[in-house]
Amino acid sequence: MAEEKESAEAMISEIHKQITDAFDVFDHEFNKTVDVREVGTIIRSLSCCPSEGELHDLLAEIEEEEPTGYIRFEKFLPTMTKVLMERRYRPIPEDVLLQAFEVLDQEKKGHLEPEELTKYMSEEGEPFTQEEMEEMLSAAVDPDKNVILYKDYVGMMTVEDN
Amino acid sequence: MGCGTSVATESQAKQSEKELTYKFFYSITQRADESLKASSPALAMKAAVLIQRWYRRYMARIEIRRRYTWSIFQSIEYAGEQDQLQLSSFFTFMLDNFTHLGGASPDLISQFLDPTSDPMKEEGRAAKYEKIEVPDSYPGPRLSFPLTVAHTNALLRAFKQQQQHLHARYVLQLLHETKKFLKKLPNIIHLSTSYTKEITICGDLHGKLDDLLLIFYKNGLPSTENPYVFNGDFVDRGKSSVEILIILFAFLLLYPNDMHLNRGNHEDHIMNLRYGFTKEVMQKYRSHGREILLLLQDVFSLLPLATIIDNKVLIVHGGVSDMTDLDYLASIERHKFKSALRPPRMSIDSCQDKGRRKTKGQLPTQSSGGHRSISTRYSSNHLMKPSSGASSPSSSSSSLSSSIPESRRMSDVQEKDTSTTSNGQHPLHHRSISPAGILEVPFLDSDVTITPKVPSWEEMEWKQIVDLLWSDPKNQNGCSPNSFRGGGCYFGPDVTLTLLKKYRLKMLIRSHECKQEGYELCHDGQVITIFSASNYYEEGSNRGAYIKLGPDLVPRFFQYQVSKFTRRMTLQQRVSVAEGSALKSLREKLYAHRSELIAAFKQYDTYNTGTVSTSDWASAVESVLRLDLPEDAMPRLVRLAPNGSVEYLSCFEDLHMEQPIKEVTPSLVETLYRYRTDLEIIFNMIDKDHSGLISIEEFHQTWRLFSSHLHIHVDNAAIDDLARSIDFNKDGSIDFNEFLEAFRVVHKLDSKEKH
Repeated sequence: MAEEKESAEAMISEIHKQITDAFDVFDHEFNKTVDVREVGTIIRSLSCCPSEGELHDLLAEIEEEEPTGYIRFEKFLPTMTKVLMERRYRPIPEDVLLQAFEVLDQEKKGHLEPEELTKYMSEEGEPFTQEEMEEMLSAAVDPDKNVILYKDYVGMMTVEDN
Repeated sequence: MGCGTSVATESQAKQSEKELTYKFFYSITQRADESLKASSPALAMKAAVLIQRWYRRYMARIEIRRRYTWSIFQSIEYAGEQDQLQLSSFFTFMLDNFTHLGGASPDLISQFLDPTSDPMKEEGRAAKYEKIEVPDSYPGPRLSFPLTVAHTNALLRAFKQQQQHLHARYVLQLLHETKKFLKKLPNIIHLSTSYTKEITICGDLHGKLDDLLLIFYKNGLPSTENPYVFNGDFVDRGKSSVEILIILFAFLLLYPNDMHLNRGNHEDHIMNLRYGFTKEVMQKYRSHGREILLLLQDVFSLLPLATIIDNKVLIVHGGVSDMTDLDYLASIERHKFKSALRPPRMSIDSCQDKGRRKTKGQLPTQSSGGHRSISTRYSSNHLMKPSSGASSPSSSSSSLSSSIPESRRMSDVQEKDTSTTSNGQHPLHHRSISPAGILEVPFLDSDVTITPKVPSWEEMEWKQIVDLLWSDPKNQNGCSPNSFRGGGCYFGPDVTLTLLKKYRLKMLIRSHECKQEGYELCHDGQVITIFSASNYYEEGSNRGAYIKLGPDLVPRFFQYQVSKFTRRMTLQQRVSVAEGSALKSLREKLYAHRSELIAAFKQYDTYNTGTVSTSDWASAVESVLRLDLPEDAMPRLVRLAPNGSVEYLSCFEDLHMEQPIKEVTPSLVETLYRYRTDLEIIFNMIDKDHSGLISIEEFHQTWRLFSSHLHIHVDNAAIDDLARSIDFNKDGSIDFNEFLEAFRVVHKLDSKEKH
């Protein structure tokens, strides 16, 4: 029992360190606050992969009652600790990602047209901004064939990500 | 689980998203044969959300990498800038001691450090330049004065092709005319946006000609309809500083009312020695380089210090301090301040006296310097974490009195003699004026007591200029000495507010700091930083930008990025390139401090396992290098053992020196490697005829001087051996470029690093 408790404590302290390090990256004034607009990036850097909606919910937990535009570490730490302990918002495995692309590829072509992907990403779900769309296309579109070979794309991205 | 019900409802937030996702796709694959066309737009939406979610996380990870790459570059840059403080005080030291130098000719050194004005009159100079012959075969632009648009077009054309240098005669003539012109200008230029003219304001260019050409391409050439202000730092670091100056000065003469240049902290011959401009000039102009550089000293010191638009917008290169007084500034004779790093020198004679008065050989044994940890971990501006000593908001910004807090000096003394420590953080702070009016450098005189002095008027003038050219804004209130730079201040929003109110100004535009987007606002929008050298650290590191300001005085920002590649690189690729370059610089820094680092690691490695924990490794690196390394960088720099600990020797494996110099101890080699840039500068000073060769005696002397200044104890015999082994052809002279080549390190993983 004691060992279990020790390892649990060790895990928590490791998690706390990760959260603190990530938070500090954006704490420009060294006063343990970050701009609320950067919280999404911070959370995602902690191996979490929430949707925009989930992010919004999470923010509601972390923000002050009267939103100040800043997030304080005192509120950020406990919430994120819970998130990490519960392993919420885990990253998406490669095969699931591939399947998602396959769903979009309704005609089972094995690739997607840029217009198709643009339509889905910009109109469905939690739409991309134009900048996000352009950036994705710049990496995803095969320059010779002018289509998105999503199998290759997913493979390449997940390798680079690791 | 049926597809319909679980997908249709959106309020699934409470249940594990992933669980749902799996079940969802599981059910799809189970029904792989069925056509999916009929089913769910909801299905597509679900897939879209998944992809978007994943993608946003991917981008966030790139953003994090970009930020820590940035902080690595910045902390290395500022560590480098502190090095140059040391160099500047070294020059002072050399000047003070030149009577003891023996071989090295005193007038040479004093010429470099403290040029006495050329007795030849201005008209005499012009005639002299006129006599310089330009061969018929010279294909480049030929200038005649007054300049015309044809000349500027010819210059632009020639430089675009890159290989064509302007002939030295025209350079000298151009500088001569520029100097004449600048003499007539006040310290502070007043401009107006009347007649709906928009003024374009550009920041640091740092020798990057492509950026200047891109600005001209996007925004048009300077003309009476298209006025420009260039806010300093035209030179150093980039490889086309000469060309940029020529273009800017040519337009200055051509459109005197519509082209304006502010002086930056790099328009300074001491900075140029360190950061590459001097070298560039000497390389491009072998015969006339020295003359060009001397003339440039005058030109730089004659550049205006500030520009004010419509009495509302103040433009200076660095920033302001709580002591900034624009009226006082307007009255200063700016040309006296050849370098902002040292106050105007007294005559050489008085220095000689001082040199003899000083106790010889009494260099303090402990380094009185040291800089506190540059805790720039992840910070995109280089603010220091409040730590020991001087960043209290109320600390005096009258940095000239030698009232150094006792606690800080103590901590300084304890620090080991690492590469940049010997001469104190603030040579500017340590200085005082003795009764004879000579600048004392107390840390070199063990027997001089430091008494706080009332700053003389000359020092006050100097401080006004330094503050303008070197200061940086900070987010907290107050005004504190800028210890990163070693000069100027950190000024807070309250300082800005006070200044703007005092002079009824609307905003401050400054440069001096590289920003990822090319510009940045702070102090509630009242301070704008504008930086015009894109890819400053590395390809893809940052954008450049310029401002357009119309009569409404509402700034509009225009960004750009020069790219070597025709195909646009993705963000991922750009970040990878920048990251690779940052890591390379880091590795070199580690290598340069190898023995100290190994000693530090061994202290943690009690059982001699060859490994230490990651946090111990980080602490050791921080204590030696003064760099706070981001955790993510660690696996890229060292090898991790299976149990997660760090094999600390592995961080040196990647690098090796090209040519091993035999018969010389490794630690000496390491020391030389660390100081190779400084040695090169000194060498360039000694090598009068630019032959690239110095005698062994001169080399020996250089090294002796340098090492004594840095309190490095090196056996004379060892230096002798080194010198002899470098003298590859055994003729008694050393080819310094060969010498430097010997210290070039090669990164083994260079090819593998291309992403």
